[in-house]
Amino acid sequence: MKPVLLLVLSLTVAIASAAPIDIKIWRHETDDKEMKASAATVERFNRKQSAWRIVTETLPQGSYQQAVVAAAMTSKLPCVLDLDQPTVPNFAWAGHIQPLEGPLRPAGVDALIPGGRSTYKRKLYAVGQFDVALALFARKSVLARHGVRLATLAQPYTADEFRDILRRLKRAGYAYPLDLNMQLSGEWLAYGFSPWLQSAGTDLIDRKSFTVVDGVLNSDAAVAVVDYFRSLFEERLASRKPADDQSFPSGRAAFHYTGSWSATLYRQKFGDDLVALPPPAFGARPRIGAGSWQWAVASTCPHTQGARMFLEHLITPQEIAAFADATGLMPTSQAAADATTLFREGAFGRAFFEFAREFAVLRPETPGYPTISSAFERALKEAREGVDSAEALDRAVEAVQQDLRRNRNYGF
Amino acid sequence: MASDASKFGHARWSEVAAMVGPALLLFAGFVLLPFLMSVAFSFTNIKLLQPEPLEWAGLDNYTRMFALKVIEAPSAASEVEQQIPSRQWRQLKRAQPASFEGYQYLARISIGDASFLIGARDPQFLRSVANTFLFALLVVPMQSALALAMALWVNRKFRGRVLLRTVFFSPVVTSMVVVAALWGLVLHTDVGLANQVLRSLFGAGTTQPDWLGDPHIAMLSIAIMSAWQGAGFQMLIFLSGLQSISMEQYEAADVMGANRWQKFIYITLPGLRNTLVFVLVSTTIMAFGLFTQVDVLTGGGPRDATSTIIFHAVRVGFREQDIAYGSAMTLVFFVFVLLLSLAQKKLTAKVGS
Amino acid sequence: MSASRTSAGSRQVAASVLHTALLVLAAIVFAYPLLFMFAAGFKPGDAIFTELGSPTALIPDARWSLDNYRAVFEKGSIGAYLLNSGLIALVGVVGGIFINSAVAFALAKLEWRGRGLVLSLVIAILIVPFEVLAIPLLLIVSKLPWFDVASGSLTTGWLDTLHVQIVPFLANAFCVFLFYQFFKDVPDELVEAGRMDGAGALTIYFRLVMPVCKPVIVTAAIILFLGMWNQYLWPVMTVHTSGARPVMVGLQQYFGRTTQWGEIMAYASLITLPVLLFFLLFQKHFIRSVVGAGIKG
Repeated sequence: MKPVLLLVLSLTVAIASAAPIDIKIWRHETDDKEMKASAATVERFNRKQSAWRIVTETLPQGSYQQAVVAAAMTSKLPCVLDLDQPTVPNFAWAGHIQPLEGPLRPAGVDALIPGGRSTYKRKLYAVGQFDVALALFARKSVLARHGVRLATLAQPYTADEFRDILRRLKRAGYAYPLDLNMQLSGEWLAYGFSPWLQSAGTDLIDRKSFTVVDGVLNSDAAVAVVDYFRSLFEERLASRKPADDQSFPSGRAAFHYTGSWSATLYRQKFGDDLVALPPPAFGARPRIGAGSWQWAVASTCPHTQGARMFLEHLITPQEIAAFADATGLMPTSQAAADATTLFREGAFGRAFFEFAREFAVLRPETPGYPTISSAFERALKEAREGVDSAEALDRAVEAVQQDLRRNRNYGF
Repeated sequence: MASDASKFGHARWSEVAAMVGPALLLFAGFVLLPFLMSVAFSFTNIKLLQPEPLEWAGLDNYTRMFALKVIEAPSAASEVEQQIPSRQWRQLKRAQPASFEGYQYLARISIGDASFLIGARDPQFLRSVANTFLFALLVVPMQSALALAMALWVNRKFRGRVLLRTVFFSPVVTSMVVVAALWGLVLHTDVGLANQVLRSLFGAGTTQPDWLGDPHIAMLSIAIMSAWQGAGFQMLIFLSGLQSISMEQYEAADVMGANRWQKFIYITLPGLRNTLVFVLVSTTIMAFGLFTQVDVLTGGGPRDATSTIIFHAVRVGFREQDIAYGSAMTLVFFVFVLLLSLAQKKLTAKVGS
Repeated sequence: MSASRTSAGSRQVAASVLHTALLVLAAIVFAYPLLFMFAAGFKPGDAIFTELGSPTALIPDARWSLDNYRAVFEKGSIGAYLLNSGLIALVGVVGGIFINSAVAFALAKLEWRGRGLVLSLVIAILIVPFEVLAIPLLLIVSKLPWFDVASGSLTTGWLDTLHVQIVPFLANAFCVFLFYQFFKDVPDELVEAGRMDGAGALTIYFRLVMPVCKPVIVTAAIILFLGMWNQYLWPVMTVHTSGARPVMVGLQQYFGRTTQWGEIMAYASLITLPVLLFFLLFQKHFIRSVVGAGIKG
């Protein structure tokens, strides 16, 4: 009896004192609120179980993409990392992240809105705790003063109507009534303005085949959208190169077309006078982008079960809600939204959640997306400088076609 | 023995190895080896993150860089087409897709009555080559003359010269990111300092140059900013060259009654000859390798007006992930600049003697 | 007599006034962006742009505060980054000076087979910009072995270390060329004299380099220092953990979704100021030593 007891005792002690296994994760560095919220979520995970311990390394956002690519090339990726959603298919295609399917599929994924998941070739590769909605910020008092109606979900502005409003405001004295974040470069242009294409009935690339872009990106509808974009600058309704991002808060602009990440700050400044309107519609209804930073598991990760548990933890309604409340960023599930103060029924942020549900479209989930994005960005920049829209879009189509050819259509 | 007496003579191998060894080993491992790898890459289709198997591509990458297609311009169908030659190109391409495959519009030239449309497989590359030349032509004389003037000024004795020297050198020690951001502010069309100064000097109605947005002057703006940032560096080199000219020469010239200009021409310039060659050659080389300023300030725009060879190579290789093509470009760059530097060195040596 | 003396005197006064005016103008043109950076470190972020053009941008007012600096220190790590960059620069400069001047001396003053080849090699390397080598170099350093003195073991890969930011750049073609040009100008008689005394090449190198070449050493030190200090692309590719991160990469922390210009200016001021002060101090030494060591015929 005694030896068995001793054995059982020593085994229990051994198990109890087994140190948790470290799982390294990387996240891009951003503002303090997000960082603290992330750290808190990790802390809660580490505390509620003792098999795994998450160790976070934060990398500066400005150089994050390059750092991740360099690490992927040398097989030095951590177990779990966050990625900007549109780049996920590219990493998946290159084999650096593994599909979250089968035993790796986190429970609760099906409850997430489309903007909270990333798939490639019908397999899940990343999940996200938050998403961002595009909106037109304005102030009720300003609009009322100039007799401008408030757009609603059911009745958004049409593109032409919106331009007329801007012209009216310009006559009333605004130097540049609309702020389009033109001081930003990179993904903002594709993220913010490809929804205009989708609203007009066309797209960046044909999503059934992911190989046809001629006739899509340079279709008549697309040319019309880019013509519209160019006209905003030609008529000086929006500034080509604003000095900073303070046009709207300082009152120099009446509308700010940007992501919902600005909501908390603007709410603080303008209180109830602030209103978040749906973006203008170029066709039947408006469209907004979707998909922000999401979490994926590297192919070289040795602790896939731990990784899955961590991802599961991240997307529980409680965690999503806690993150949303702490940062003001939009949650990715209805259950979570209802549990927050900012996004539940009747709260100010609910509008974003509704926009996302009604209008959100993910950027094309193809490994060729980085090229598509930079080609479209280039076309918009050229149009902004006065180049003919059809020419600019044709050039973009050319670039994407060449890329597809060189990469054998990315396996599609 | 007379010729031998002016040099040390044949040195012992152990000594040479000790002195040359470390540097050579480091160069071999960290410069030559990656360079050779890069050369190897340029003959394949290797990508940055690649799931496909590696293939030999021969000279494909090189032909892509320089492939040109020249077509006699058809008579324009409309006014619009006369003005937008790229549209003409597009019509031609739509009509004969096979023979125009991969060629994009580059330029239109008129020789006498005939006008020709030129297409290329990589018009951005060819534009980058032209831009790089333009930049070097602008910045080398600007920066070298400025550096020399600064060094001469600061080499004399006057109150505040140490402070002035520090001020001249301060742009060099500042992070390029910050420098670019600051210049972006100074050159801003509406609220930037440059245009504000112009406005106050010449009145509010004058046209304000769009320093970074106008394709015709964007490169000039980058050249000015580069000269501003780099001159302090070259100034130091000129200074160390100036200070190795012996004082006796100047004293002897004073005794002979030479004035400042004569002293400059007959003592300073010859004494600086090696330094001058060094500065010109190294500034030219660095000018050709222009990358960071473009990356941070203009991203190659507007309309590729500031894209340089290395910028394009990095964009293609790292951002578009086509390492093989990027490597081919850098190899061509290397050969080209090597030839140019050798030519420049011979030329300045001949002029100097 | 008196007339010409006063006209000469007034010409001198006019000249010196002009000189001072030029001095001030040059100083403003060169220093303005940096002064702006220093001043902006004290302003609230959104005010930086709005008063860009105003001449009062540099003048302290009520809104100036230490908030940005406080935020930078609260974020932590700038001390660690400064230490990393400092170490990298120190080792880089000391190692670089010896390695590069040695090979330059051998090229300029010694005769040996293969000398021409090595010289051409150095000049050729001068042309290669770093971006060309970055990717293959990354692949190389991720596989190199390293002997870790602390644990006494052999490890693979140089990523996430300080030495990956130093060793590949110790041999610097620009410095070699700089030393080479200088050594060529040094009269051969000194070398001759040493040889007559039966000294070996190394002895002559030490005795020659030390006293006479201070200006070049200082210039080379500055060049090497700047190279090490301003590194950005390479650390981004090779150093992922914050343990070995240098200052320039740390600056990127503030370029997030919303660029925090106030903190950026404060951070930039914090990393630029010590370098400038160092240069200011170092300069005096540089001048004194040159005046004292005038080359005697």
